[in-house]
Amino acid sequence: MSILVNKDTKVIVQGFTGKEGSFHAEQCIDYGTNIVGGVTPNKGGQEHLGKPVFNTVKEAVDATGATVSMIFVPPAFVADAVMEAADAGIELAVIITEGAPVRDMMYAKQYATKHNMKTIGPNCPGIITADECKIGIMPGMIFKKGNVGLISKSGTLTYEGANQVVKEGFGITTAVGIGGDPIIGLSYKQLLPMFEADPETEAIVMIGEIGGDLEIQAAKLIKEQITKPVVAFIAGQTAPKGKRMGHAGAIISGSAGTAAEKMAALEAAGVKVVVSPAEIGKAVAEVLAKK
Amino acid sequence: MNIHEYQAKQIFAKYGVPTPKGKIAHSVEEAVEAAKELGGPIWVVKAQIHAGGRGLGGGVKLAKSLEEVKELADEILGMTLVTHQTGPEGKLVQKVYIEDGADIQDELYLSVVLDRAAEMPIIMASTEGGMDIETVAEKTPEKIIKVAVDPSIGFQGFHGRELVFGLGITDKVQQKNMINFAKKLYTLYMENDAEMIEINPLIRTGEGEFIALDGKMGFDDSALGRHPDIEAMRDLSEEDPDEREAAQYGLSYIALDGEIGCMVNGAGLAMGTMDTINYMGGTPANFLDVGGSANAETVAKGFEIILKNPNVKAIFVNIFGGIVRCDRIANGILEATKLVDVHVPVIVRLDGTNAPEAAEILKNANIENVIPATDLADGAAKAVAAAKGEL
Repeated sequence: MSILVNKDTKVIVQGFTGKEGSFHAEQCIDYGTNIVGGVTPNKGGQEHLGKPVFNTVKEAVDATGATVSMIFVPPAFVADAVMEAADAGIELAVIITEGAPVRDMMYAKQYATKHNMKTIGPNCPGIITADECKIGIMPGMIFKKGNVGLISKSGTLTYEGANQVVKEGFGITTAVGIGGDPIIGLSYKQLLPMFEADPETEAIVMIGEIGGDLEIQAAKLIKEQITKPVVAFIAGQTAPKGKRMGHAGAIISGSAGTAAEKMAALEAAGVKVVVSPAEIGKAVAEVLAKK
Repeated sequence: MNIHEYQAKQIFAKYGVPTPKGKIAHSVEEAVEAAKELGGPIWVVKAQIHAGGRGLGGGVKLAKSLEEVKELADEILGMTLVTHQTGPEGKLVQKVYIEDGADIQDELYLSVVLDRAAEMPIIMASTEGGMDIETVAEKTPEKIIKVAVDPSIGFQGFHGRELVFGLGITDKVQQKNMINFAKKLYTLYMENDAEMIEINPLIRTGEGEFIALDGKMGFDDSALGRHPDIEAMRDLSEEDPDEREAAQYGLSYIALDGEIGCMVNGAGLAMGTMDTINYMGGTPANFLDVGGSANAETVAKGFEIILKNPNVKAIFVNIFGGIVRCDRIANGILEATKLVDVHVPVIVRLDGTNAPEAAEILKNANIENVIPATDLADGAAKAVAAAKGEL
């Protein structure tokens, strides 16, 4: 078991024939991901990496039965690509592209929600179910199969966390890089209950950052709904206070979004909070030993 | 990207948001000339820097004669203004905005920002203008009215009514004025891909008109490509030269006041590395994210920028290669040692994609200053020890 994706998941790639799309799609195929085709306008009918290319997502879905799309199109076209996927009945869009304008994502996310399409990202490493399905740009070899679920805002901290868990002799069920943009798709709030419901996942690692209040919301949810042990790290305890121009951002969430505030909220919710990412592996071993 | 008050007011004016008449001046002569053109009889001389709290810091002053305009412009131009948002080092004032004095009956607050939780813009307003709004939010949160505007329907009448009744505006003409004001502000927020607009104070005149006496605007960097007019407002002198140079090479750099230079891939791991150094008793000298497309040239540039800081006693290179290939970083380190005088110990931890190849490259090069580390904890510990001269 795992969450969201597994070896049977049929995946298409939007921006399939571009440089980034090609490189990472090939890596995903090598990992074992069931990539059934891709979309690049005006290249429909061709073959790329041994898979069919379609002009539109609708054609791709009709021909392949794909339910997940991995999006690699340039930033200015991300919103269009996300909305096209939603319109074509895709169930989950994994948006890797960095630098999509926030206003575009505002509209795209609303449209996706209206069509019951889940999104991950943008500006994220993607999602991986160990030894089954990698949809993204993470180095697959780190993620050995095991019993720990992982959720992270940061790409490289996802790798750092997974690597330590594996070195301690455990492994990963599914790891999700949710991205740190102002508007993102699935977050801790939706993913934690999925891991709670996944019989294979026995512990959860959540990695957050300063800014926003997603981790505070997560703490609330953990207290109420999550029975599995959670290990957390919040990056940015030593980050300097930004030289800000206005105050409006801080007032809006009613919280300063500092690492200290988030760490305290998580600790109060019974989470094992570590002060350095170098402690993630050990902390996981500890909470699993207690079970 | 942030812009100056006078630039924000240019955008306001374009959208019909009322602002006082004003002119920008780079010298005392220009300031006096501007004041003459505006006519008076009173003027406000305002320092233009990218930070709030200018009034309290002595950067905003009232002049009642051209002579006073001259004196104040002379005083403010060239001063280093320190406010609670500039940091203790302050900011050099290179421009002043000369503005018509306004008839202030009372001061309000109005802003538009993205509400991340609601995933839509939110308009915030308060009758407590002219004050530190964070204090108002903390002590009297009921005095801040929040109205989220769903972009799929845009600014509707009910949004306006929630605002004016929330602010206790009962006069019908004033209600209409305020609703128009807020609607225009919302429109310009959306159309220009703004990240935030804040007007504090927004004043009500004796005639019941609302005027933006101040204006702060920040923009979504990812959307600047479609707004060349706004991109043109960028004031490079407001940005740190090292940060700017780093950005040209795809590096994200922020100077700090510690002793251990950091070079890391990914912002999260970069912050996590700083946290680990701190936890182990050291102090980070900088934040540096080499990004996803790091190569030998960018790594060498990173070293150069880190080493410009005379406080740096050791450098910790912490790379977990995903897209970034460790062998390229290793070659970058070799390149850097040729191009730059690396006179401090460099602790190198390379993990992930092509890590064994990278280790081989560094081993064969056999550079005295370069010390390999096995993982994050080992690397941070070695860097802290090296900075203390104990390695």
